Amino acid sequence: MDTHASSTNLSDSAEAGAPAPHEEEHAHPTWSTYWKVALILTLITVGEVWAYYIPSFVAGRGFVPTLLILSALKFTIVVMFYMHLKYDHRLFRVLFTGPLLIASLTLLALMFLFGHLYIKIM
Amino acid sequence: MTAPAARIPAVHTSAPAAHHYTTLGLDSRKVAIWAFIGSECMLFVSLISTYLIYKGRSVVGPFPHETWTDPATGRVLKPILNIPVTSASTFVLLMSSLFMVLALAAVQNKEKPKRTRGERILGNSKLWLWMTAIAGTTFLGFQAFEFTSFVHEGLTIRTNLFGSSFFTLTGFHGAHVTAGVLWLVTLLAIDYRRGLGSRDSLLVDIAALYWHFVDVIWIVIFTLVYLIK
Repeated sequence: MDTHASSTNLSDSAEAGAPAPHEEEHAHPTWSTYWKVALILTLITVGEVWAYYIPSFVAGRGFVPTLLILSALKFTIVVMFYMHLKYDHRLFRVLFTGPLLIASLTLLALMFLFGHLYIKIM
Repeated sequence: MTAPAARIPAVHTSAPAAHHYTTLGLDSRKVAIWAFIGSECMLFVSLISTYLIYKGRSVVGPFPHETWTDPATGRVLKPILNIPVTSASTFVLLMSSLFMVLALAAVQNKEKPKRTRGERILGNSKLWLWMTAIAGTTFLGFQAFEFTSFVHEGLTIRTNLFGSSFFTLTGFHGAHVTAGVLWLVTLLAIDYRRGLGSRDSLLVDIAALYWHFVDVIWIVIFTLVYLIK
């Protein structure tokens, strides 16, 4: 993906005596990249809805994993390119993925305890 | 850490009064929005967990994907989820994210010369902020239509476990979209009042992060609630 320099953060911290803004986070995608990402997201969504209307596929074992993978792919694309996490400082990645990981593990635990992934422990 | 106010030139009335940076040199407001988004992840995952745990445990219909016959009245209730309508609203929300990044890029590149008509369109922050707000409002219109049709078909928040968890989850998401639209309107007001320039890009960046977060949450909801039977 092509990038260009852009000023996300305000620039005059140095003159104000504060620490300089981090330079690592300034490369953002170009307009054409944004359009390509939108096209990919649309195609994935069309694929998901198409799959929903194929009875044999819905009845098969691959339906749910396929939809979950496609959804995760869309999620990742938006976070990486539209939310610029791919280009921003790694602290932002930690602030986002940390709670997301905890929440996801909690979801899995709850599904095992009370949901459709229920397993009898005792 | 706050920059001394006396160092900010008086002519910069359009710029924020003070800039806050962490010891890493990151703007505190951007760190704060990411921390907020992290906490919001936990909120929505708790709502999604509740929905998934209650999924398929409703005693009475209407159900999301199955037909149900009311034993008392003999009335047949069809699957209540309207996938074509929701697919359209999902597409609208995805496009709103595109408009939002274009708005941010337009603000960031405000001072760059625009030679062609295409560059002038892409560099028009008001246009893209309007498009994002309109797309968000359209999504809310779809949601209002969906909620109204559900109530007419006999599904309310008190009908069954599906109704309770569904309306709570999608209602919370709709409230977040509403807050996002109001945020966009305030940015538009600033843009019309004094013009958003590259110095304001962080203001738009923070709003954009919130908007995209609302979009990614919908991506998950669309798959887990609407598509997976």
